[in-house]
Amino acid sequence: MDFDLTEEQRLLKDSIDGLLTDSYDFESRKKYMKEKGGWSRAVWGKLAEQGLLGLPFSEADGGFGGGGVETMIVMEALGKALVLEPYLATVVIGGGFLRHAGSDAQKAAHVPGIVDGSKTLAFAQLEKNSRYDLFDVATTAKKKGDGWVIDGEKFVVLNGENADTLVVTARTKGNRRDTSGIGVFLVPANAKGVTRKSYPTQDGLHAADITFTGVEVGADAAIGNPEDSLALIERVVDEARVALCAEAVGLMDESLKTTVEYIKTRKQFGVAIGSFQSLQHRASDMFVATEQARSMSMFATMASDFEDAKERSNAIAAAKAQIGKSLKFVGQQSIQLHGGIGMTMEAKIGHYFKRLTMIENTFGDTDYHQRRVADSGGLI
Amino acid sequence: MDLAFTKEEQAFREEVRSFFRDNVPPDTRRKLVEGRHLSKDEMVTWWRILNKKGWGVSHWPKQYGGTGWTSVQHYIFNEELQSYPAPQPLAFGVSMVGPVIYTFGNEEQKKKYLPRIANVDDWWCQGFSEPGSGSDLASLKTKAERKGDKWIINGQKTWTTLAQHADMIFCLCRTDASAKKQMGISFIVFSMKSKGVTVRPIQTIDGGHEVNEVFFDDVEVPVENLIGEENKGWDYAKFLLGNERTGIARVGVSKERLRRIRDLAGKVESSGKPIIQDAAFREKLAACEIELKALELTQLRVVADEGKHGKGKPNPASSVLKIKGSEIQQTTTELLMEVIGPFAAPYDVHGDDGSNEAMDWTAQIAPSYFNNRKVSIYGGSNEIQRNIIAKAVLGL
Repeated sequence: MDFDLTEEQRLLKDSIDGLLTDSYDFESRKKYMKEKGGWSRAVWGKLAEQGLLGLPFSEADGGFGGGGVETMIVMEALGKALVLEPYLATVVIGGGFLRHAGSDAQKAAHVPGIVDGSKTLAFAQLEKNSRYDLFDVATTAKKKGDGWVIDGEKFVVLNGENADTLVVTARTKGNRRDTSGIGVFLVPANAKGVTRKSYPTQDGLHAADITFTGVEVGADAAIGNPEDSLALIERVVDEARVALCAEAVGLMDESLKTTVEYIKTRKQFGVAIGSFQSLQHRASDMFVATEQARSMSMFATMASDFEDAKERSNAIAAAKAQIGKSLKFVGQQSIQLHGGIGMTMEAKIGHYFKRLTMIENTFGDTDYHQRRVADSGGLI
Repeated sequence: MDLAFTKEEQAFREEVRSFFRDNVPPDTRRKLVEGRHLSKDEMVTWWRILNKKGWGVSHWPKQYGGTGWTSVQHYIFNEELQSYPAPQPLAFGVSMVGPVIYTFGNEEQKKKYLPRIANVDDWWCQGFSEPGSGSDLASLKTKAERKGDKWIINGQKTWTTLAQHADMIFCLCRTDASAKKQMGISFIVFSMKSKGVTVRPIQTIDGGHEVNEVFFDDVEVPVENLIGEENKGWDYAKFLLGNERTGIARVGVSKERLRRIRDLAGKVESSGKPIIQDAAFREKLAACEIELKALELTQLRVVADEGKHGKGKPNPASSVLKIKGSEIQQTTTELLMEVIGPFAAPYDVHGDDGSNEAMDWTAQIAPSYFNNRKVSIYGGSNEIQRNIIAKAVLGL
């Protein structure tokens, strides 16, 4: 049992923290937001240069062979700096599908572009009525010759506007809520029949609603078994949840730090408001919530390697549920302790709150995951 | 980072577990499961079994009878002990006064007291809180005046846990009234059988008798019963309170209770089916288990940190363990109340005297719920813990 980072992991942490300290202060972030697509190609290039975009891929595939802990380190740092760039969509999720189930040809076609920063991906999964159920898929992929024809609508696809390749879940047989008959397809974003409607999200990212109308792809578009890929989707989304947990911990760390600094300097009644016990206790509770979240983020990270899929997803569900509670508390109280200034777009704290809030509603909220743990027979 | 325990650690867990299985008297275990109080004999019997095995004072230095275990081994031992469950060693002797004596006491005191603590030849109690000195402990007034080769002690202590069984007390006494309040306190130990010591029971809301008031009326104590230096008692008290860190989360206790809740919830019916089939109840139970898992991990982080970097200064993380640990313990007792519903009401007039073994298994659930309100109050209330975090961690 060991919670320390290895020497190499510490170096990784120092290097990404250093990079973001130099290039990602709050003012720079505002500028990046205004760039095309809402994030900075220059920063993305720097992440590539430091090898961070290739981190989880095996060396044979042109990556650096990083594991869950390495991704946790990166996501925490990205959270701390409130980074806009599509690391989750491209490296964690898109890369996850390629790592777990990509054929050699698929990996050769997509991994180098991810690693060198020239290509980004997006995960087109959410549907109008699917909410958090990954098996709830109405989009269809019908066989045509050797290939497939995809029809359906996907919503709130993060980085959907900019991605070069879309990773699309689609049903190859059965009914909307069947757990079998689901495939995963790599679809070029500029394929005929793909229509994208883009918009900014509440937390400053960009997403798109995407319609697929008779989109034809080849047989080589399917990742894994096109008729039975739910387990693959669950595995990759579990990894995305773990990554979101780590990002949330970074966000909470920074929220708490910013809030404590604020109440140490803001004066009312002639004293720093941080001298008031009611505020001190609130801040202490934020610390407790953040530490509990950090523990669960570590737990989830280590659980990603559990052999038993049920045990793995139960542990990750527990983490997402706990972190959902912690982030809501830390986010809301950060605004409360900032007072009026916390309500303004100008102060950075509100932007942390908004990102935290959106994480709660991504890939299952607290209620959803708590129910999963409850229905699986618990954790003890 | 690695969550897994080593093979050696797993083997150790098995060794500890099988020792408990073979040696904890079954009736003692049953009473703990049901939330009943144990008699003095039952506790002492078990502690002597533990001490004979060499595990009575496991965390003490080896030369005083400790085991030399790693932090992780201590963690495993405590977790197994709490979740079996078996009675925990008497904290007042083993975790509190023992370490003060072997750290600050002289050779004579070590020889005289330590083996007797280990074998519970003396039952120790703690003389800290006073009617006017709870959270503000340093305001205490109990006075020790030097007269020749004796201390003359006058005053009153309260919340003195299990003082009715005690042979010895370690007591914070004011020895210099003119000094700043933390500075004039000394750490003195003496026999509860001394002339002038009166113990009066306090009945708590669960109907039990765990705590007492203790009065000192011109109690004469030999001067050599001062531990360490005169007027340095506050330092020793802080040392003592900071010593107990990871055990305070009581993760094993909550785990055991959650297993019991799950077991009972599979039997007790609500709306014509076992209450475990009620989604709302099940989710509440899951929420508690999830928070406990987070606490367990937080505790392991502290344990691993101690193992690597030594115990050093008191770790403010222990305040997190105290706050969350007590909240979760209280939640588990609430869930038990919820499971048994209207059968929480009957009061077992026979109490803990063992004469009513047939009494319904629900009899102790409400008392245990009432009793567990104490866990967020004792050992530095949760509000005091928040003060500690605000000061020591956040710099407020």
